[in-house]
Amino acid sequence: MKNLKIVLSSFLLLMSSLAESQDNAGLRIPAGFTAKLFASNIGAARHIAITKNGVVFAKLNAPNKEGKSIIRLEDTNQDGIAEKITGWANYGGTGIYVRGNSLYASSDEAVFQYQLDAKDEVLNATTPKTIVKNLLDRRQHSSKSITLDPQGNIYVNIGAYSNACQEKDRTPGSKGMRPCPILDSAGGIWKFDGQKENQVYGDGLRYATGLRNVIGLDWNTNTNSLFVTQHGRDQLNSFFPNLYSDSQNAELPAETMYEVKQGDDCGWPYVYFDPYQKKKILNPEYGGNGKIEGAPDALSPLVAFPAHMAPMALLFYQGNQFPAKYKEGAFIAFHGSWNRAPLPQEGYFVAFIPFKNGKPAGDWEIFANGFAGSDIVANPRQARARPCGLAEGPDGSLYVSDDNHGNVFKISFNK
Amino acid sequence: MVMFSKLVLINKRLVMKIISLVIGSFLLLISVHGKSQNRVNGKKIYETRCLVCHQADGGGVPNMNAPLDGSSNLVGNDIARLVKIIRYGYNERIALDGYYYTNAMTANPDLKDADIADVLSYVRNNWTNKASNITVAQVQQAKRKK
Repeated sequence: MKNLKIVLSSFLLLMSSLAESQDNAGLRIPAGFTAKLFASNIGAARHIAITKNGVVFAKLNAPNKEGKSIIRLEDTNQDGIAEKITGWANYGGTGIYVRGNSLYASSDEAVFQYQLDAKDEVLNATTPKTIVKNLLDRRQHSSKSITLDPQGNIYVNIGAYSNACQEKDRTPGSKGMRPCPILDSAGGIWKFDGQKENQVYGDGLRYATGLRNVIGLDWNTNTNSLFVTQHGRDQLNSFFPNLYSDSQNAELPAETMYEVKQGDDCGWPYVYFDPYQKKKILNPEYGGNGKIEGAPDALSPLVAFPAHMAPMALLFYQGNQFPAKYKEGAFIAFHGSWNRAPLPQEGYFVAFIPFKNGKPAGDWEIFANGFAGSDIVANPRQARARPCGLAEGPDGSLYVSDDNHGNVFKISFNK
Repeated sequence: MVMFSKLVLINKRLVMKIISLVIGSFLLLISVHGKSQNRVNGKKIYETRCLVCHQADGGGVPNMNAPLDGSSNLVGNDIARLVKIIRYGYNERIALDGYYYTNAMTANPDLKDADIADVLSYVRNNWTNKASNITVAQVQQAKRKK
């Protein structure tokens, strides 16, 4: 009888958890949380930003079918799903940020500023202020992510148009250049005035360098400092099959998170971070063999994630809706890998790292999974969704955007 | 004993006949289809050099690496362009079938003409692709065109 009870109750538990996973827009999230499909098929939604009124803005990687590239999403009846979807602008890009009634958006070579009215409608859709222009866009790692500090300075990622700063990019046997000439205009974070118009490189400051490509970055108001996540280098096995096997390449190098202060160097292209040896290892293009260390003066990462998962967005949670452990911690949206092939791809999820006193206070964990729609992803093209942007709503809900099929998910905690 | 060795001799002849028949029909098959042998080499080259970016299913990576499966460029008739991309790599934003791809492609200066023909034939006839095989002569002609 007792056994039957156990079987029955575990069966019911299983059924309810199955039903739950179906309800939560196909996502697997911790108990007590719910997820809704806030919007779908809006276009390749890169980063997202939310106003104090809860209106969501998404920056598209390219104009959608209607020719719009900044999408405004409003949940008019508070049911967790956007009913009113409009848009404007015709340039692709990644960055979007809201500060008061200013909406910042980036193309791959400039940052624009729009004004919003009291209802968060855009006032100058066709005549934004150009805040920064003429930034390098050499296609590879061209997206310009942005964030602001409390003083209103804007931080712009300018990714390196290269894998490892070889004389000939991604060419077997081509040597790494030392010093790497890319670093004077890319491969780092630049700081500009958030209000001044028409700034170019000379008006800005190279705030941090040695960062191959940062897409997820956020200003942490607790530490009053900038945190960035870097995409590590690719193709160790295809260029150096004698040093790295397919399975080693699938795990090397780590994707990394740094807290950067003005003038910091994170070591690219000279080193990558090996999460097993916990060392900065000299890149083989610079004479490395998988063991020799390099760049002794460069920062070491605060957190190391598995290789190739591609951190796309970073968000320090400030709300009160989620349980206490999430307060001030970091959410990271992982796009999911492609460079683990021929091994199966990984990392189509949103991760969380608890923080205490401005430092990571535990291992990272998967917060929301199931974006890809299946557990084994052979190719990113197959994924139902690839997490790309994160934003926190005024009620403390977490929004996740997807640039594969244009979904936006809303994740809430129900007490 | 004599009979036994005769039997072996007959069997030997028979075996030789069968072997030559098998080899002959195999050669015939290759000459008719021009495919059977170079497909193995093409697949090997694809897996060691191309798969990491273009992926096992030829689907590429959205925004970064162009797909090969269903690619109008790849199954098209501009063979000179395909040969050039394989030899010299590619480092421009490419518009393909309504999407853009931005990653740089590695050059393959060490591939022989036959290798280029093999790998092109392989990818033009793998997944859902069905296009003509590429011969060494076509590769050589494409190289002269520059």
